Amino acid sequence: MPSAKPSARPSVMRPVRDIAIVAFGQTDHLRSTDELSEVEMLMPVLHQVLAATGLKTSDIGFTCSGSSDYLAGRAFSFTMALDGVGAWPPISESHVEMDGAWALYEAWTKLLTGEADTALVYSYGKSSPGSVRDVLTRQLDPYYVAPLWPDSVALAALQAQALIDAGDADEPALAGVAARSRQDASANSHAQLRGSVAQGDYVVRPLRTGDCPPIGDGAAAVILAAGERARDLCERPAWIRGIDHRVEAHSLGVRDLTDSPSSRLAAERAGAFERPVDTAELHAPFTSQEVVLRKALKLGADVAVNPSGGALAANPVMAAGLIRLGEAAARIHRGESDRALAHATSGPCLQQNLVAVLEGDS
Amino acid sequence: MPTEVLRAPLVVEFPFTRSLGPVQSAFLTGLRERTVLGVKTKDGRTLVPPVEYDPVTADEIRDLVEVGATGTVTTWAWNHEPRRGQPLDTPFAWVLVRLDGADTALLHALDAPGPDEVRTGMRVRIRWAAERTGAITDIACFEAYEGAVGGEVGPHDGEFSDLVTGIVAHARLDYTYAPGRAQTAYINALSDQKTVGERCPSCHKVYVPPRGACPTCGVATTERVEVGPRGTVTTYCIVNIKAKNLDIEVPYVYAHIALDGADLALHARIAGIPYDQVRMGLRVEPVWTEGGRFPDHYRPTGEPDAAYDTYKELV
Repeated sequence: MPSAKPSARPSVMRPVRDIAIVAFGQTDHLRSTDELSEVEMLMPVLHQVLAATGLKTSDIGFTCSGSSDYLAGRAFSFTMALDGVGAWPPISESHVEMDGAWALYEAWTKLLTGEADTALVYSYGKSSPGSVRDVLTRQLDPYYVAPLWPDSVALAALQAQALIDAGDADEPALAGVAARSRQDASANSHAQLRGSVAQGDYVVRPLRTGDCPPIGDGAAAVILAAGERARDLCERPAWIRGIDHRVEAHSLGVRDLTDSPSSRLAAERAGAFERPVDTAELHAPFTSQEVVLRKALKLGADVAVNPSGGALAANPVMAAGLIRLGEAAARIHRGESDRALAHATSGPCLQQNLVAVLEGDS
Repeated sequence: MPTEVLRAPLVVEFPFTRSLGPVQSAFLTGLRERTVLGVKTKDGRTLVPPVEYDPVTADEIRDLVEVGATGTVTTWAWNHEPRRGQPLDTPFAWVLVRLDGADTALLHALDAPGPDEVRTGMRVRIRWAAERTGAITDIACFEAYEGAVGGEVGPHDGEFSDLVTGIVAHARLDYTYAPGRAQTAYINALSDQKTVGERCPSCHKVYVPPRGACPTCGVATTERVEVGPRGTVTTYCIVNIKAKNLDIEVPYVYAHIALDGADLALHARIAGIPYDQVRMGLRVEPVWTEGGRFPDHYRPTGEPDAAYDTYKELV
């Protein structure tokens, strides 16, 4: 039997269970945390989300984390971080060598199977021990690109110039994104850069210091719960109505750097375009990337974009994407948003993108 | 409880040996011979640099074509402070270049006097490296080019003598290692020839070396406890293979040692006793060499062996 004819329009995945973010915690993001090991930095955040829900480690059905050994140069660092979770008696646990947003995706699928009702998701990154611009070159194509050591700012700058050439932005517009983000971050006590921050000199032209994220250390954690369990643990759960992630060709020269079709497709599959959102937490470490994402995700001027200040105010690598999901959920918890879009990215020039749609009960 | 934070340089360096498939092999060998190859997709696009699978359809693609060594800048970024490993050590522009005959762009560096001399749409040509080995760095960089569209463009059989079939991808990253609060305290105590652990406030176990967290309870361990110096061998193995650069005669014994007062065994070498006389329950003590920052090894104390029941939880 041939399978059903595919519809012309990609279908939106409907979750088979209602799953919500019920708690979110993050560290203060700092330029350096030399006095703390990774687990020492992470543990208070784990305790924060457990305390918020009243859950004990032994109550958690599934644990999933995101991090990268390359940041701090510590082999198997995620196994050390597990000490902060309390992995005895044995727990059900997994790890992704990516931003914690993808760990959340894995935890969400685990809850969908019905094998667990609650999940602890955490991620952390210490960029201070190394040079994150150089470290990130090691994720590039090892044959044609990595031997040239193009750093993360250089690649973002190529994308920014493409936007300027296309007439989608100019340097004052990028500076405006930077200023708005850091101004919004004034209300975020965890942010690393807040208030008025000088746009500064070129780092790699056309990007100036102000167009780039701060380099720092930090961690974040969320708790997911399914169905009635979520209502027990949280007054106003942030229900995940849809979540999807997509990737584009790794070769930059194949892609149209002024667009993000993978973000758009992920958003469509997550149901983002069915009704307007009031909030969008975008993982855009560079000002130019917010311009690309606003266009790709069709966000109008009435949407509150990155009210937390976004990654321009704090960008703990490997946690910054999970923080976007957490910040969006926290706004729903507080009743400041009814329907929010959360986005996370990974790889150079928005190569991989994850989009979730979160809603509160009306 | 402010502690002096320890720091030390840490270099992570590795050469990855990578093999090349037929398409990448032809491309990189071509660079060695000053020939740039692309690959044609089934719908007629020419991808440079070439890949083995169509990024849109995932079709396997093998039809090589030669493209020009001249091209057009599609976007650029001025890099006034070159970093280690980058193609030029003087200020340069990063560029994506669509070579003549290609439909996609290649990332590389453009040598130019300053940002005012670079623009999207400018014409450039490859400056070849003097010594070429079959790597992307065989292109030294691009440079401005005023001439006509040049180079042979057309099918290429990919045949070269002495094909490059692999590359060695060198990586080096420099870090400043900081061990954190708990391990700093442990290392500092060792320099006074003391071993300290930390007690879990919940289950009261003493962990050594301490890492700041109780892995069972998932809470911070903060109460510092001096343990040892004596301890009990809980289990051991006999090492028969000599490690490179290790000045220790084989066979020797490596053991788990439960220091007195600790609830976790640490591991160390046992000496001062024939290897075949080491046993579970053997009582041992640390031996420090002059100026040593940790015990060189442990040796028997001469006490009677510990009863199994006293250390069975730690095996």
